[in-house]
Amino acid sequence: MNLTTALARLLIFPGLLFAVPAAWFFLWVERKAVALMQGRIGPPFMQPFYDFIKLLSKQMPPRSGVGGLLMRLWPLLAVSAAAGAVGLLPVLPASGGFQGDLILLLALLELPSMCIIAAGFSSRSIFGEIGSAREAVLSVSYNVVFLLAIISIAASQHTFRLEALAQLPVSPLQVLGVIAILVCLPAKLHLNPFSLPNAEQEIYSGPMVEYAGPELAMWELSHGLEWVAATGLVATLIAPHLTLWWLAALVFVALSFAIVLLLSTVAAATARLQIDTTVRFYWQCTLIFAVLAVASALFMRFRA
Amino acid sequence: MKLWNRLMCYCRRRSPWLFHMNSGSCNGCDIELVASLTPRYDAEQLGVRLEGSPRHADILCITGPVTHNAVEAIKTVYGQVYGPKAVVAIGSCPATTNVFIDSRTLDGPLNRHIPVDVFVPGCPPRPDAIVLGIAKAAEILAARGNKLPVESVMVPVVESATACECAAKAAASEVQL
Repeated sequence: MNLTTALARLLIFPGLLFAVPAAWFFLWVERKAVALMQGRIGPPFMQPFYDFIKLLSKQMPPRSGVGGLLMRLWPLLAVSAAAGAVGLLPVLPASGGFQGDLILLLALLELPSMCIIAAGFSSRSIFGEIGSAREAVLSVSYNVVFLLAIISIAASQHTFRLEALAQLPVSPLQVLGVIAILVCLPAKLHLNPFSLPNAEQEIYSGPMVEYAGPELAMWELSHGLEWVAATGLVATLIAPHLTLWWLAALVFVALSFAIVLLLSTVAAATARLQIDTTVRFYWQCTLIFAVLAVASALFMRFRA
Repeated sequence: MKLWNRLMCYCRRRSPWLFHMNSGSCNGCDIELVASLTPRYDAEQLGVRLEGSPRHADILCITGPVTHNAVEAIKTVYGQVYGPKAVVAIGSCPATTNVFIDSRTLDGPLNRHIPVDVFVPGCPPRPDAIVLGIAKAAEILAARGNKLPVESVMVPVVESATACECAAKAAASEVQL
């Protein structure tokens, strides 16, 4: 991958120029789907955009010292990591890529949640600290399933290139992996039933409690970009291999949209679980998926 | 720059985030405020979101006749909301202290302590009236920006209306500044 394609992927498609409107669109779909399921009309189409501009135009909270600097830094770091993760997705055919970009993608996907944990602790608010602790516990639990699912798909193909994984034919191992990733997504995106870190009725907004104005706008944006990156990862794994670039892009958007609808429906239909129930759920899932995924990866390796 | 300002005002009007605070209310108005977010009234059509943290909010919704204990809390929370901000006093209690007038436990009405933009009278007010008050406050917020309010607005008693009708009413009636 040369510099021009890398920049084009990061800034145009599937990077910022596509990802920011897509992030707003997905945030709207989430709210609208929940509203429709509850028998309401819901927010207008441009609502996440209005919210973003309004937050940008609000007063910037005064912050001082190293703690203040860090608090300013976390949302920016989260946005750039999520945007980088979207830019790495192999959406277009023959878009390039490099050996090991899967590992980079996983790291970038994990960075926003690390930033949330750090932000909660550096806000010094008791609610922020509780939220951060919950996020940390949750992240330890769901990441085992998430990483095992992806690693077993990668191990069966002897590669850490995203493009090679995206072109895989459908196999039982891949179906298993995609289901495991889908189970992890509600926790990764702080959706019901695993919306523990930002539970607004119990701990106000968790790690975000001290953020306001433009900083909060950046958090909203990073949340939206996480939506695009996480649903995009699943979409690239299950998308059929197409040679036409516009058809590939269209299929990618349609699949991402379907996954957003699925996740929002689950979020609207469920209530928040307790932290110990959530952790137990993920560790039990881990055992089943770990055995199944590793066993089938080994099986495929020996057969090949 | 002018275009950016216009966009900013438009977005402020379309995205009022609320923080709800109880200053010794009987819970009647609090229930009606939550009722205005339910499927029947659906204030989310106007972009309303009930936030957990006052830092995220634009509009501070206060219910109750302001007890001695609540005064400091109200001032703190008002300071925690970053500008531009507006205050909506929900119910007759924060406006006049209602039936608790002359009580020795009270330090009301609300506008003795913080500037109030919109009063929504009623005991309790209908959810329609609350939605109308919020829409009005959002209009004021967009027009005023960071300046302090000069004069409060009283929401008339509304019979029954949907969220969109409330917004249309708020837009049609002139905002007094």
